[in-house]
Amino acid sequence: MTVFEFLFEPFGFDFMLRALATTLIASVVCAVLSCWLVLIGWSLMGDAVSHAVLPGVVLAYVVDAPFALGAVAFGFLAVGLIGAVRDTSRVKEDAAIGIVFTSLFALGLVLISVVPSHVDLNHIIFGNLLGVSAADLAQVAVLGAVTLTVLVAKNRDFTLFAFDPTHAHALGINPRLLGATLLGLLALTSVVALQAVGVVLVVAMLIVPGATAYLLTDRFQRMLLIAPAISIACAIIGLYSSYYFDAASGGMVVLAQGAVFALVYLFAPRHGLIGRRVATRRRQRTRARV
Amino acid sequence: MSAAIGQGHTETPAISVDGVTVHYGDTLALDRASLSLGHGRICGLIGMNGSGKSTLFKTIMGMIDPESGRVRIDGGPTRQARRAGVLGYVPQSEDVDWDFPLSVRDVVMMGRYGRMGPLRLSRRADREAVDHALERVELTEYADRQIGQLSGGQKKRAFVARGLAQEATILLLDEPFAGVDKRSEATITRLLKELAEAGATVLVSTHDLHALPGLADEAVLLMRRVLLHSSPAEVLRPENLARAFGLDITPTEATPTEATPAEVTLTEEEAR
Repeated sequence: MTVFEFLFEPFGFDFMLRALATTLIASVVCAVLSCWLVLIGWSLMGDAVSHAVLPGVVLAYVVDAPFALGAVAFGFLAVGLIGAVRDTSRVKEDAAIGIVFTSLFALGLVLISVVPSHVDLNHIIFGNLLGVSAADLAQVAVLGAVTLTVLVAKNRDFTLFAFDPTHAHALGINPRLLGATLLGLLALTSVVALQAVGVVLVVAMLIVPGATAYLLTDRFQRMLLIAPAISIACAIIGLYSSYYFDAASGGMVVLAQGAVFALVYLFAPRHGLIGRRVATRRRQRTRARV
Repeated sequence: MSAAIGQGHTETPAISVDGVTVHYGDTLALDRASLSLGHGRICGLIGMNGSGKSTLFKTIMGMIDPESGRVRIDGGPTRQARRAGVLGYVPQSEDVDWDFPLSVRDVVMMGRYGRMGPLRLSRRADREAVDHALERVELTEYADRQIGQLSGGQKKRAFVARGLAQEATILLLDEPFAGVDKRSEATITRLLKELAEAGATVLVSTHDLHALPGLADEAVLLMRRVLLHSSPAEVLRPENLARAFGLDITPTEATPTEATPAEVTLTEEEAR
């Protein structure tokens, strides 16, 4: 087998091409969004919302409405419930998140088990990259384009919100509106990504690329480029290994992201474990010499 | 504006806080606090931790809607002042994520966002304002550093520069001298005085009582309500400080809620 064959054989199939397109779109959108999530400290919120959209998606399927609608509705419902439980009881936020999203996720599972369907809704849970239809791809492309456009257009406002919401407020920019917009985009992104890797693994794509990029740069604008670049690379590596090892595609994509994070965590020049150790030792040595 | 002329009683105050009460749950944070501050004045805000300083700032900025009382900025509602971009804020160090991947220049540029279009793309005037602000706080050579890689004083100066770039005429500074070296303290003090001379109003909370007379034109003693608003020398008299920091508040700490207003009212009447 030549290199050429190795690279092009998988994509001789339409379903593989659609899988590739879906994964790339999901990777880019999730990666860009993840930059803000990891900096605001909303990783758990990403986890919660991406799971909580499940009943919304199932219900949307039942009434033949767009998945995105159900997902956004349940995304906001989850955030609202989490806030309510946190603010009106003595339960702390992490517990509130855990209670709300698992309950909604369970509701989704129950709905799936009772809804008669000719589409296997279990694919929503684990993703069904190789079964993406042309219509699915179109929906992912539209949602992805909308989300990405808003994220890029308002990227400076979101960064201001993440860094200093008080200053945003002082400037007459509504931080609550910015936060709500981000959460809405998070719900939309979950719909995009669950096609690719399923509800369970969406959270990886929503956290890992941003966290990896954060270890590689001190400039937010660069994070916004590094995160999707890493994510695209992992999507491609994941799909090839999935094809050649005949393994789960969603799992492979996320596994690739985990591996890249591990490498960066260890070897990143400035913020990597080893780089920091070396810098500390060098500082100690210079100090000893002085 | 006619307000800039003199300190007369007819002048519209830059900041007017009128009988503001704020609760956090059951905890009373501000109790009928009143404060009026003229244009071009520097006012030091003195009080213990938990005396409501940060709450007062947030209320002036309109982040907290008081249960009773109202706040006026330049005679209008706070919302109007925010839209006009006149309110500048320098946060407490603990409230800032210093690992955030932004350079000093990025942070200062955020002062300009209110003047930019919806995409917040900087124009030449914005970049020049940022350069000028960095120059005034003497951080030009550190402009491209990540904000966490500055010293304590430089960090504060970076946020003051953000207010300068914003061209804010009302500056609220929460503990700008905490953990700050002498040079930065001098730079910030000089800058605030220059700004006040140019007509800006400065409200600055501080624990640095020694530096107060050299910085502020007036001072406020806060213990959930305004105990005293006078000259720094008067506010710093031991018997007055004792009212804000001393024994009077011990019983209120044991019962943090309802006892407070009565206690403080009592002391104030005694003082009269």
